[in-house]
Amino acid sequence: MATTPASVAVRPPGPLRRAVASDHVAGWMFVLPSVLLIVLFGLLPIIWGFVLSFQKAGLISPNRPFTGLANYERIASDPLARTAAVNAAYYSFLFVPTSIVLALFLAIALNRKVRLIRFYRLAVFIPVAVSTIATGIMFLWLFDKEFGLANYLLGKVGLGPFGYFDSPQGAMPALVVMTVWGWLGFDTIVYLAALQGVPRELIEAAAVDGAGRWSQFQHVVLPLLGPATLLLAVWSTISALQLFDEVYFVTHGGPLNRTFVPVFYIYRLAFTSSYGFAKAGYAAALAYVLFMVILVLTLIQFWLGSRVVHYSS
Amino acid sequence: MSVAVADRTAPGDVDVSALPGEDGMVEGPRSRWLPFSPWHLLLMPMAIVMLIPLAWMIATSLETLAQTRHFPPILWPGQLQWRNYPDTLGAAPFSRWFVNTTVVTVTVVLSNLLLCSLAAYGFARIRFWGRQAMYFLLLATLMVPLQVVLIPTFLIVKQLGLIDHLGALIVPNLANVFGIFMLTQFFRTLPIELEEAARIDGASRLKILFTIVLPLSAPALATLAVIQFLWTWNDFLWPLVTIINNTDAFTLQLGLQNFQGAHATDWNLLMAGNVMATLPMLLLFLLAQRWFVRGIATQGLKG
Repeated sequence: MATTPASVAVRPPGPLRRAVASDHVAGWMFVLPSVLLIVLFGLLPIIWGFVLSFQKAGLISPNRPFTGLANYERIASDPLARTAAVNAAYYSFLFVPTSIVLALFLAIALNRKVRLIRFYRLAVFIPVAVSTIATGIMFLWLFDKEFGLANYLLGKVGLGPFGYFDSPQGAMPALVVMTVWGWLGFDTIVYLAALQGVPRELIEAAAVDGAGRWSQFQHVVLPLLGPATLLLAVWSTISALQLFDEVYFVTHGGPLNRTFVPVFYIYRLAFTSSYGFAKAGYAAALAYVLFMVILVLTLIQFWLGSRVVHYSS
Repeated sequence: MSVAVADRTAPGDVDVSALPGEDGMVEGPRSRWLPFSPWHLLLMPMAIVMLIPLAWMIATSLETLAQTRHFPPILWPGQLQWRNYPDTLGAAPFSRWFVNTTVVTVTVVLSNLLLCSLAAYGFARIRFWGRQAMYFLLLATLMVPLQVVLIPTFLIVKQLGLIDHLGALIVPNLANVFGIFMLTQFFRTLPIELEEAARIDGASRLKILFTIVLPLSAPALATLAVIQFLWTWNDFLWPLVTIINNTDAFTLQLGLQNFQGAHATDWNLLMAGNVMATLPMLLLFLLAQRWFVRGIATQGLKG
């Protein structure tokens, strides 16, 4: 576009300049780097995973023929998928209530002014910083059949010896103890925050009305912990159903498949040749079913929660 | 890595930064029978139980091999075997793995601070076409955990030629939705008047972000940084599937796993390796406990 110098002086900014200065372009410039990354590594996999679940696919061969619903139909008759589902349910059933009840108990104990409180809190919080693998090594040692501290200490009170990760009955409970240790700090922090949000006036008002300590707790504090409990129940269930690191590293799904859980199965199908090749499509279908189960359970929990939990604000 | 977002359902509008402090704590009644609060009788055993795994890890890392194979277990070795540490470093390339983990973690944390800040500022302060839809779309991806999209994500990273390369651990994690969400929420709580005044004075948006918004956001940035650090440092599943044949590109978690496979019964060396791999994270936790607690209490995060 040719313009005379005179017209430049009076001309308003060109369309390009205006566009750059406009909110539309500026906004996209700010979000674009993140959006591109998340589309590529977050959104695309969700779509691709869904497509894969209808294919016979491996990780190496680019040849991925569509097989319709075959992968999903196979899940229904796959005894290993069934074992994984049963174990995931069993683990969640033990892990979720145990971790939540213990955390509530710890948070109440830790919510007071006593000497050494910082030390006590640190002791409960610190496993949050320890990785699943490091935790696994510690508990393999603690729960060692021959030389472990656990059998020694339990022996002193007349219990055991137990086989822990080596015993078909004991492996899952041992896994629960180990993962609860790792999670407790997290849950306790959430409960502590909720406890500190309980208005002092409410408790004092209840005390003035003659409520005893237990009654104060039961009728004033506990209802106010509803939202935190709901949240922890949802998170713990989600993470329980996705258990992997500890199983992969500590129990390898055994003994006798007693700790064989869904993500471990998905991993082995897709990334190892344990069950033959070209199983990535089937693994993707399993992953999607797991996702749907998690989604439905989460919705149910929130729905149940909305009927029970009381939100103060 | 599981991420859950707690926005309105989070435990109320609590000043959780006061958590390690004294706010809202109950003052226990003094006991007539004991020189200290009776709560110690509960709290002390509880703290000890929680600390036993860590304490025994450290004790074992200083024992001789013969001492580890002794029953009843030796709770504290008389003569400390410090040489287990150099022996462990000699038996496996822990220092290499430490460098790898540090490079990956620091890069990912810095990149997230920058990219998530930029995106969050866009979402919080600029009205642009498609903003709501894009924000919603990003949030929707938070619902889908890595475990579910492991295979397609692997295939994408493989297409990019990053398998067996540290890049596989860095590139997909350069920005994450959680950070964007958290900072967007935070930026929206900041008073907008300062920014408007700067804009009238002709400051660019980028300048406003870096000179006004980010300095006010130090608490949120610190929280994001420590949580991201924790996730990346301790991550296992993603490194496991992407770093397969190249021990030179192992992270500490992969290395520990590998070392355990090779020295399954050398408990003193295993524990020395475990201490070395865990110590950096423990130190960071001790130094930045406040931000970890804040991050967990307000956002509900767990690696």
